[in-house]
Amino acid sequence: MITEAPANLWIMIIALAASAYLLKMFGLVVLGSRQLPKVFDRCLGLIPAALLSALVLKDTFSLGQSLVVDARVAGFAVAVVAAWRRAPLIVVVVLAATATALVRAI
Amino acid sequence: MKRIFASLNEPELRRVVVSSLTLGAAVGVFALSFGVASVSAGASVWQTCALSLFVFTGASQFSAMSVVGAGGSLAAAFGGAVLLAARNFVYGLALSSSANSMAKSLPRRLFAAHFVIDETTALALGQESPRLRKVAFWTTGIGLFTFWNLGTLIGALAGSAIDPQKFGLDIAFPAAFIVMLMPHLRSKLGRQAATLGGALCLVSISFLPVGVPILIAAMAVLVGVRGDN
Repeated sequence: MITEAPANLWIMIIALAASAYLLKMFGLVVLGSRQLPKVFDRCLGLIPAALLSALVLKDTFSLGQSLVVDARVAGFAVAVVAAWRRAPLIVVVVLAATATALVRAI
Repeated sequence: MKRIFASLNEPELRRVVVSSLTLGAAVGVFALSFGVASVSAGASVWQTCALSLFVFTGASQFSAMSVVGAGGSLAAAFGGAVLLAARNFVYGLALSSSANSMAKSLPRRLFAAHFVIDETTALALGQESPRLRKVAFWTTGIGLFTFWNLGTLIGALAGSAIDPQKFGLDIAFPAAFIVMLMPHLRSKLGRQAATLGGALCLVSISFLPVGVPILIAAMAVLVGVRGDN
């Protein structure tokens, strides 16, 4: 669980809010309709694929710095199948949480 | 806004407004799971709501709290979240050619910037006329912002009332990430970036501080340097 003091978390939230706003604002207001080089555009577009995949694996298979296989794997498997079948998010989360809770209870 | 409501008897406008608001409601459900997951990861209800109000870009919020919840440093949490927010910069660029019709004055444009996210960009750029683009941008932006923050508040309150471990809610983060990841797997480059990003993260987890492997995974975007689709 959380190790940082709440005040520090506030600092991160404020910094993140400012950065997120500046990124949005910079394209819309400051730079205007300039074209980015194609390569740059393509690489920026791939950030979600790379990071979301990393986040999924981190949240499923790690606890701190150790790799573990526990009840979350059941939820992960269920979520992958449900998302693949294009189930709505709420269904994916509920099914995955149920699977994880069940395996944990056994 | 008044003009938007007055024009609802035009079929084209009605179609745009209805699809914007439907999307907003669907996204509200996403926010619900963010609220639950964020308080489970250790943030207060206030902090969770502040993230949705002021950061207002879903994947970054999820990512930041996922790293914090796992015990990562705030710097690592911040870094990953900013990387995920970087695509909003590209959306801003894409929208800027219609910025004149969407928001005339500078203050209004600075206000509009807060709403430059995946959904507003997709819906606005999907319209043919500047007028429809403006309606799509603002109804999606304001509607989604409302649902997003309402969902977050309800989720955060619900999440702080139950034991997240017992209900398997620690899986809420990865489940949401899986749903967000799916559309990116349609292209070959997307699949390559996802595979490489995941692999880089897994191999570095055991020897790098928590959260840093997420930053390392960003190197996978370099598969885009030579790609052509």
